[in-house]
Amino acid sequence: MKYAYYPGCSLHSTGQEFDKSLLAVCEKLGVELVELEKWVCCGSTAAHNLSKVAATALPMANLALMPKMGLDEVVVPCAECFSKLKIAQHNCKTDKKLKRDVVEAIHKDCNDDAKVIHPLSIFAEEPLISRIPALVEKNLSGLKVVCYYGCLLTRPPKITQFDIAEYPETMDNVLRATGITTLDWDHKTICCGASFALSKPDIVVNLSHKIIEDAKEVGADAIAVACPMCHANLDTRQDDMEKEYGVHPQMPVLYFTQLMGYSFGMTPEELLLDKHLTDVSSLIEKANAPVEEEASPEEEEATSFQFDGHH
Amino acid sequence: MTEEIVHIDEKSFTFSDAVVAVGGIDTSYCYQCGKCATGCPVAYEMDLTPTQLIHAIQLGLKDLVYNSKTMWLCAACQTCSTRCPQDVDIAEVLDTVKILMQRDKKKPQLPNVLKFNKRFMGNLKWFGRLYELGMIAMLKLSTRKFTQDMGMGMKMLKKRKFSIWPRFKGGWAVRKILRRVKKQEKA
Ligand code: SF4
Ligand code: SF4
Repeated sequence: MKYAYYPGCSLHSTGQEFDKSLLAVCEKLGVELVELEKWVCCGSTAAHNLSKVAATALPMANLALMPKMGLDEVVVPCAECFSKLKIAQHNCKTDKKLKRDVVEAIHKDCNDDAKVIHPLSIFAEEPLISRIPALVEKNLSGLKVVCYYGCLLTRPPKITQFDIAEYPETMDNVLRATGITTLDWDHKTICCGASFALSKPDIVVNLSHKIIEDAKEVGADAIAVACPMCHANLDTRQDDMEKEYGVHPQMPVLYFTQLMGYSFGMTPEELLLDKHLTDVSSLIEKANAPVEEEASPEEEEATSFQFDGHH
Repeated sequence: MTEEIVHIDEKSFTFSDAVVAVGGIDTSYCYQCGKCATGCPVAYEMDLTPTQLIHAIQLGLKDLVYNSKTMWLCAACQTCSTRCPQDVDIAEVLDTVKILMQRDKKKPQLPNVLKFNKRFMGNLKWFGRLYELGMIAMLKLSTRKFTQDMGMGMKMLKKRKFSIWPRFKGGWAVRKILRRVKKQEKA
């Protein structure tokens, strides 16, 4: 399996853990990612506030690099970039004048038929989902994780076409395939305030704190994310949350690819687990503790028998 | 919003027509159900809820809209647009208002948000890809909030979260694209 790869700015900087762990996991799964040559920023949180043509032209300039590589599918791990590329394609398809302006601005054809894919979607489908269990070397079934999807993977659904917008399960399914326990919770898709990371941090601290509180309430050992902006807000703002609310949340926040890689037997160093601001050592300890048997086989049999009895 | 008598005539529609022309969204489909306001994570900070802002656009109350903080507080999370039963893309409307305000040279209630967006694009023109450290320094200097976030920034630096030096890959391409866009918008 071979795809073009658009890492985006964050994955080469604050989100380098995501880049590294994704590439490592893909290698294990037999997926080849070829980085787009000379890619540029997608315009991210800023361009759409200033100009619709610019906000469409920047993503399309990147997709225009694909035909030369002979690839028509591109993997985009950053949820922000994923959404910006999808929205740009959609707008080019539905607005002829905009498309003309974009072609004129990028001096290339609009590649609005390219398939923009989030890595979660390929991992969650055949053949990869069935390959995952065989690659697991470390039993992480003692870990309880909540999956945080944020805003942009699922919304707006008619454009991103990623799972069910209000309650997605894709990341849960991928992590469950590695043996990790994922929990139900309320904040799967509630905004962390990402676009205000620098311009209005008080909003970020408030919104991200609510997310972490809910994760704690359901008993999660960690939050799994699929976006470098969600990661930055949830991970780096915990000191500020302590200042604001009095208690340090101490909640490890990991990319789903880091959890996958860890279950595949990769070391914390390989996966850059030490890059996070919030300490993950409690999680690693728990992962390495012998797994407690929750119910003995006899007990399980007894309950299933009871259940049958009701029929 | 305080209660007052609002006069509506043909001129009122010029504003909602401008929103259609620039953003492609027709706010007249909105029947004021309030769902967008209910799900908005930042509504607690807004002076007008998204529902009220859409109403003000329908009524052509341009000054009320331009003087609101609402669009500058929108986190672009798309919850409103996803849930609207009338398929109004509220988030796009808010972006459109911001773009119209700049064309009309109107000052935003939250200047730092606009500054951030401009710094970001300025940064791209130079580097093609986001040079995060450079952008943060410029932003904090221009908003004179250099000490805010210092603790977090230092921790991130220590962990080598940022690349210290910018890379100039693609800067030229982005500058050309943005220059052409600017030309189109002037035309
Ligand atoms: S959700 Fe849609 S119809 Fe309901 S108030 Fe908001 S814009 Fe209007
Ligand atoms: S997109 Fe903006 S207005 Fe809509 S729900 Fe999100 S923050 Fe609120």
